Amino acid sequence: MSPLRRRLMFGLPLAAVVAGGEGFYIILRRMQQGDYDPHALPSPLIGKRPPAFSLPGAGGGQGFSNTDLLAPAKPMLVNWFASWCVPCQQEAQILSQLAGTGLQIWGIDFEDSAAGALAGYLAQNGNPYTRLAADASGLTAINWGVYGVPETYLIDTSGIVRWRYAGALTQQVVADELYPLIKQYS
Amino acid sequence: MRRWLFLLALLPALAWAQTVTRDGVTLTQAQETRAENIGDQLRCLVCQNESIEGSSATLAKQLRVIIRQHVVAGDSSKDIISFMVQRYGIFVLLKPPFMPLTYLLYATPFLGLILGGLIFWFARRSTPPAPAPLSEADTARLNELLK
Repeated sequence: MSPLRRRLMFGLPLAAVVAGGEGFYIILRRMQQGDYDPHALPSPLIGKRPPAFSLPGAGGGQGFSNTDLLAPAKPMLVNWFASWCVPCQQEAQILSQLAGTGLQIWGIDFEDSAAGALAGYLAQNGNPYTRLAADASGLTAINWGVYGVPETYLIDTSGIVRWRYAGALTQQVVADELYPLIKQYS
Repeated sequence: MRRWLFLLALLPALAWAQTVTRDGVTLTQAQETRAENIGDQLRCLVCQNESIEGSSATLAKQLRVIIRQHVVAGDSSKDIISFMVQRYGIFVLLKPPFMPLTYLLYATPFLGLILGGLIFWFARRSTPPAPAPLSEADTARLNELLK
C-alpha cells in the first residue's frame, strides 16, 4: 500500500465526519439563534392575494372581507389568533408595540366559540387590532393555509401577501424579517 | 338452497353500498375508501409526521371532513389533492412530487450507486498484478521444502 493511499484511507473518512459535524453544528446553532426553524413551512399564499372570504366582526371590531385587503395605504398585518391560544398571549405585547408605531394590524379570531372569551382576552392582553373579525368555523383559515395560531401575514399596498410567520412573533423576528420587508414595500 | 347461495353472493355488494358516517359526513363505503386513500397521502401540518387520516388534531379532522365533502360531491382524487397543495404547499404531500426542487432527492440512490461503483472500480484496478509463475528450479525447491 502506497503512503498516499494509506493517508487517503485515513483522511477521507475523517474529512467526511468533520464535514458532517460542521453541518450539524451550523444547523443546531442557527436553530438556537432562531433564524432557522426546521418545522417552518413556506406559505403558498406568498406573492398572491388572500382567497375570497367575508367574515363578521368580533369583540366590537368591524369585520372584513378579502376586498378590504386589496389596496391598503401602507403595508399592514393580518394576525390570526384565538383567546385559547397561549403563544398568542406571548406575542400580544409585540403586536401592541407594532400598532403603536402606526402599523395597521387586522385580527382574525380563530375558532373561538364563547364571545365572552374574546372580550376577556382583549381586556387582559390589549387590543392592537384596527379591525377584528371572527372565523368561528375555521374554514377561512383552511383557505388561507393557516395551520395553527398565531400566524401573521404581511400584506403590501397592492394587496399581495409578502410574508407569513407561523408562531409567536419575537422582537428578533420583527427586527430581522418584518421591518426590512415593511421598508421594502412601503 | 340456490336462492340462498345467490343472496350470499350479493352480501359483499351490499357491504360496498352500505353508508358509513365518519367525522360527521355520511358516504358510501366506496367513497369512504377513496377518502381514506386521499387522507393517507396527505401530511397533517400540526403533527408533521402523521397523515391526515391518522391524526387526532383538530385541523386534521376538519381536513378529513373537507376531503369527504369533496368525495361526495364527486371531485376526482387529483382535484382534492391539488386543493390541499394550493393551500398548504407541496409539504402537505407525504410523498414528495418529482420536480426541480426534489431532483437531487430522487437522484440520491443512483448517485450513491455510481459513487460505490467508482470506489469498487478504483479498488479493483489498483490491486497489484499476480506474481510471475515459479521457475522450474524454484518449484523443485518448494517441493523439497514442503516435504
